[in-house]
Amino acid sequence: MSADNAYAIELKGVTFKRGTRSIFNNVDIQIPKGKVTGIMGPSGSGKTTLLRLMGAQLRPSHGEVWVNGQNLPNLSRSDLFDARKQMGVLFQSGALFTDLDVFENVAFPLRVHTELPEEMIRDIVLLKLQAVGLRGAIELMPDELSGGMKRRVALARAIALDPQVLMYDEPFVGQDPIAMGVLVRLIRLLNDALGITSVVVSHDLAETASIADYLYVVGDGQVLGQGSPQDLMNSDNPRLRQFMTGDPDGPVPFHYPAPDYREDLLGKR
Amino acid sequence: MRRKSLLDRVALLGHGAIEIVTILGRSGLFLVHALLGRGGIGGGFQLLIKQLYSVGVLSLAIIVVSGIFIGMVLSLQGFNILTKYGSEQAVGQMVALTLLRELGPVVTALLFAGRAGSALTAEIGNMKSTEQLSSLEMIGVDPLKYIVAPRLWAGFISLPLLSLIFNVVGIWGGSWVAIDWLGVYEGSFWANMQNSVSFTDDVANGVIKSIVFAFVVSWIAVFQGYDCEPTSEGISRATTKTVVYSSLAVLGLDFILTALMFGDF
Amino acid sequence: MQNRTIETGVGLFLLAGMLALLLLALRVSGLSATPTNDTYKLYAYFDNIAGLTVRAKVSMAGVTIGKVTAIDLDRETFTGKVTMEVQKSVNNLPSDSTASILTAGLLGEKYVGISVGGDQALLKEGGTIHDTQSSLVLEDLIGKFLLNTVSKDAK
Repeated sequence: MSADNAYAIELKGVTFKRGTRSIFNNVDIQIPKGKVTGIMGPSGSGKTTLLRLMGAQLRPSHGEVWVNGQNLPNLSRSDLFDARKQMGVLFQSGALFTDLDVFENVAFPLRVHTELPEEMIRDIVLLKLQAVGLRGAIELMPDELSGGMKRRVALARAIALDPQVLMYDEPFVGQDPIAMGVLVRLIRLLNDALGITSVVVSHDLAETASIADYLYVVGDGQVLGQGSPQDLMNSDNPRLRQFMTGDPDGPVPFHYPAPDYREDLLGKR
Repeated sequence: MRRKSLLDRVALLGHGAIEIVTILGRSGLFLVHALLGRGGIGGGFQLLIKQLYSVGVLSLAIIVVSGIFIGMVLSLQGFNILTKYGSEQAVGQMVALTLLRELGPVVTALLFAGRAGSALTAEIGNMKSTEQLSSLEMIGVDPLKYIVAPRLWAGFISLPLLSLIFNVVGIWGGSWVAIDWLGVYEGSFWANMQNSVSFTDDVANGVIKSIVFAFVVSWIAVFQGYDCEPTSEGISRATTKTVVYSSLAVLGLDFILTALMFGDF
Repeated sequence: MQNRTIETGVGLFLLAGMLALLLLALRVSGLSATPTNDTYKLYAYFDNIAGLTVRAKVSMAGVTIGKVTAIDLDRETFTGKVTMEVQKSVNNLPSDSTASILTAGLLGEKYVGISVGGDQALLKEGGTIHDTQSSLVLEDLIGKFLLNTVSKDAK
């Protein structure tokens, strides 16, 4: 175990291929402990793939994925099962189990990983729901909740086992300002109050930059830049600049490849 | 516009054939992982009961209604034809044999594929597209054991039972038409039937057929859901595939099984 | 609450399925509860068994007392060898009884009818009925009829 104690998650020399296409090529990423780190990049840059690699849903073709001091791809089945207790994931759509009510959803990880008595489970569920402000919704079914509420319940479920690492997959997509504000506040609060490490994957520059302590920008199968949000804003790298400023034309071109304009107009069509 | 040359078409055909083999392999591994391997039926007995309810009990309505109508139609048509040969008394055995050997297992399987099979595909596909399956994985629960396996077993158990019920209500419907409406003598209706229906040859073979169909239809339904594109378009394509592939498989297997079981005269 | 309905529903469903199987076994296929140990074998040789099938009835005075279990060709005598299983309770058949292949109704199925003889000796397990009457073939019957009519006209 060579993990540096300052890092909760480390990707070392990770290559991930889908078929013959390599999504990531020899990537190194360090996620500092106890801080909120954002992973950003243009659509299709593989940000969600990174999250899945960290969560051991995918195995890298090469390289090591160190989470909480363990190299995930090398773990045995039962060790991986135990390691999952320390990871919480909030998916983009909340991903609540539609046939269970709010209570059962939040209690699910507790029932899977522990053998606590019912009263204790009930107490813990109430605690977690209180933290996200939804204790009153405890008996509702997922289809009775609004989108924002679903995500908050999913967050309660993700922290049910008090994990050391929380991963958020595109948490800000399609949220109204109030819901957005709630989520931003919760992410920061949980991180500071519980001392956990948060990884936020998003392409929402403003929100992510406002709460992240450290940022990674990925694209083209590698890390384009890393640093505090301030550092990245002042970077010289053209690709980075285009992403940070939102410039429509730059290294990622505006025009889809096409033949010469003049020829097209005057020509056959 | 690129026109496809002959070579392109041949390449497409070869590609398609390789696709089919890959899919067959993937679905085979899927099945083995879900049924065998550690963990049994995830979620235990409770989940199985729940699935038996949604897959089996909720299909009862369509099966019973269809069974009654098919039995009645068989009786009616059979009577019309047999009258020409003065053998109306044989209508009982005709209805029973047709249902037990062929229509019972086959029609039940087709109806099941349409009602329960497509529901299973849509349900699992929906879970995939809303990332519920990924959530389960992240919590450390194997979705193949927790979600897929109970539904598979529910299908294996339900379809043969539904076929039996279909046969019984079909024969009853047929008897109602023949005896109460067309005037066939009740005694000879049942006597002829009992004399010509053999438990081992007819009833048991019908049950064996329905078990084979149950296996195939359930497998196709859950696999299509699990393997679909996680978009709404992908789910609707998957449900269509479930119904089409299940129907083709059932009819094809029916021919093979019939030839094996009854083909030795 | 909701669980109770589900469990009862599934229970009823399983019960209905098994009931269906039972009904099919007993009412539809006539599977009887009597074990086959209560029968004994008899053989009979016919010149022509045309139309007789395995599982056909064996009856006496119209009452079913057994069934045909096998039909083979006897290669020495070139006759049809019919194996029958008869109920043990009917164990007083004289050894000169007659076995005939009869038709139920005009176009119905064939069955074996046994009529008693007068001998003291009785048929036992594995015994053979020697006096047999073959199946009536429709064409022969019509032929006989025509021949009779012709010879009558000729007189």
